[in-house]
Amino acid sequence: MEQLGFAAGTIIAGMFGCVAWFWGTNMLLDWALPPRGPQAGRNINRANLIRPWLFVGPALLCLGVYLVYPVVNSVWRSLHDAAGQNWVGLDNFRWLLGDAKFRESIFNNMLWLLVVPALSTLFGLIAAQVTDRIRWGNMAKSLIFMPMAISFVGAGVIWKFIYDYRGADQEQIGLLNAIWTSLGNDPQTWLTLPFWNNFFLMAVLIWIQTGFAMVILSAALRGIPEETIEAAIIDGANPWQLFFKIKVPQIWGTIAVVWTTITIVVLKVFDIVFVMTNGQWGTQVLANLMYDWMFRGAPDYGRGSAIALVIMLLVTPIMVWNIRNARREMR
Amino acid sequence: MDNIAGTKSCLVWAVNLAALALVLLWTIPTFGLLVSSFRDRDQISTSGWWRAPMSAESTGFERAGTAADQVAEGDLWVISGELLQEGQGLRAWGTSSRDPSAYTPGETVALKDGQELTVSETGTYRLTSPTEFTETRGMRIFLTTLDPPRFTTENYARVIGAEGLGRAFMNTFTVTIPATVIPILIAAFAAYALAWMEFPGRALLVAGVVGLLVVPLQLALIPLLKLHNDIGLGKGYMGIWLAHTGFGLPLAIYLLRNYMVGLPREIIESARVDGATEFQIFRRIILPLSFPALASFAIFQFLWVWNDLLVATVFLGNSSDQLVMTGVLRELLGSRGGDWEILAASAFISIAVPLFVFFAMQKYLVRGLLAGSVKGG
Repeated sequence: MEQLGFAAGTIIAGMFGCVAWFWGTNMLLDWALPPRGPQAGRNINRANLIRPWLFVGPALLCLGVYLVYPVVNSVWRSLHDAAGQNWVGLDNFRWLLGDAKFRESIFNNMLWLLVVPALSTLFGLIAAQVTDRIRWGNMAKSLIFMPMAISFVGAGVIWKFIYDYRGADQEQIGLLNAIWTSLGNDPQTWLTLPFWNNFFLMAVLIWIQTGFAMVILSAALRGIPEETIEAAIIDGANPWQLFFKIKVPQIWGTIAVVWTTITIVVLKVFDIVFVMTNGQWGTQVLANLMYDWMFRGAPDYGRGSAIALVIMLLVTPIMVWNIRNARREMR
Repeated sequence: MDNIAGTKSCLVWAVNLAALALVLLWTIPTFGLLVSSFRDRDQISTSGWWRAPMSAESTGFERAGTAADQVAEGDLWVISGELLQEGQGLRAWGTSSRDPSAYTPGETVALKDGQELTVSETGTYRLTSPTEFTETRGMRIFLTTLDPPRFTTENYARVIGAEGLGRAFMNTFTVTIPATVIPILIAAFAAYALAWMEFPGRALLVAGVVGLLVVPLQLALIPLLKLHNDIGLGKGYMGIWLAHTGFGLPLAIYLLRNYMVGLPREIIESARVDGATEFQIFRRIILPLSFPALASFAIFQFLWVWNDLLVATVFLGNSSDQLVMTGVLRELLGSRGGDWEILAASAFISIAVPLFVFFAMQKYLVRGLLAGSVKGG
């Protein structure tokens, strides 16, 4: 209970602090550079130079400490040894190249990158197109979108239950094995099947991300100018042609946005692997490998940071692309 | 718009069926766990959740009475009694663990020393012997029974109390609320400045925010934990609030700025002409008008913080007064991997609040997603 009080106190203090800061500094500025009197013009100009920084100041401080500093610090750490004391140059990265687990992680991450964004977008597109055309579409959308609200850990539990394994002489309580055995096969421990277990983990993320893709793509589909569709129908296009030749080409931009957004999620994927297999049986991914090096056993911050930087490097092209898009839009 | 040319009815059917298939595929996993969370512990482990409404077969044993229960009937010594509970039906029975379903109900079986055992369909047994019984422990009678479906809220009661999920629920709230409110406050001011104030370096800042949107969280963990330790914050709520504030800011600023830029210029200009200060404009005009964007971000941040595992694992301790629900769930997955009644109930408690928020505020969530993705990417 007292901890809820603590939380409430923090909210109030935080709100009060924020308001006090913005209000107080503004007052101070008006007092120091009053927008009247003999030098009103000069004062207003000066105040207008300072004021924006009062508004963005706290945010900049936060961003600086919590995002920019860690990036710089990680670069520094990746060039030092486990405890961060001795300069080791590129040794950590050289070690990465030779490490079997790292190669496995990179391979798996690439596999995730190929499969998850593609299938999520595809299912999302199908779901968007299908639910836009039926009467109970909104309800259907809600239900497909729902996994978005479920935590990766919760989703991990949900799917682990589906993949549950019982010996061949027992009744299967995992849905997948129940279906599999009813087709006359032996039950499988799905999460330990080499190579294929990656796909069983990916299914979880696809399940979560499809709703996101569907919502965005459905809005894009509805934004397509009706004239193009009418024209195509008059020209005798069948529904398939209408979809693939008229609609999809007009929403390529949105598909790209969905694809890259999911790509970023995939690059950072951690929780699902962490709770379902913890990287065993050949399912290791970069984020989990990094966690292992940073927090398990004897921590090696140098190597952990090096792996984190590899993730950062993989994200960078998308980051650049995003910035360019944003700048183009600002003009 | 698809009706212009008149759609064929079989296509309508196909579309409806496809939608139904998708919806089923996407809801069945969650539904399965929901059903399981209300099932009896024994039934979960012996039959699939899809058979929950049906009776389930289970095998076990009961002990017959001892020598103390025997009565003399003519020249026979008899022990008799009931083996089944209310609602159960007998499928088969046996006297040895090697073959627990050897006999059918009603069958009479000869045992050693002229003893005979009968178990009737209603579950009454009758053990007879020509000589007096001497056993002090009743013999085991193995039963294969058909149990009626049993639903219970016991699993929930158990995880909330014994497994510490009730406490974790509080902890999660403690983490989530400030971590949602504080970034909104800070971001709203920054977003206003980035949207409506002219100053050198503004474009660069906006680009920077867009860039920071995708910085992997993993990168920040070690440097920040070290920083927190160095400044004496250590592991605790203050640390995680600050961390979530920092991580949530780029999206908050980005969403709010995009929304504020779209507000009509005339309102702001005329307020400036009327002599309103920037602070007044912000508080009286911008903030109320930006409510939808604020709500969108609040929902994002709430869901994200509530569902987060990584940041909580790193910035909070492992003691019961700091463990959040995702953390408990993860521990349970490790320590109670096969106890699905515990896992299912725990998982549902942890996803109940996000699901409620999701269904109640879906409109704002969708709006936020569209603002965040379709426009800027």
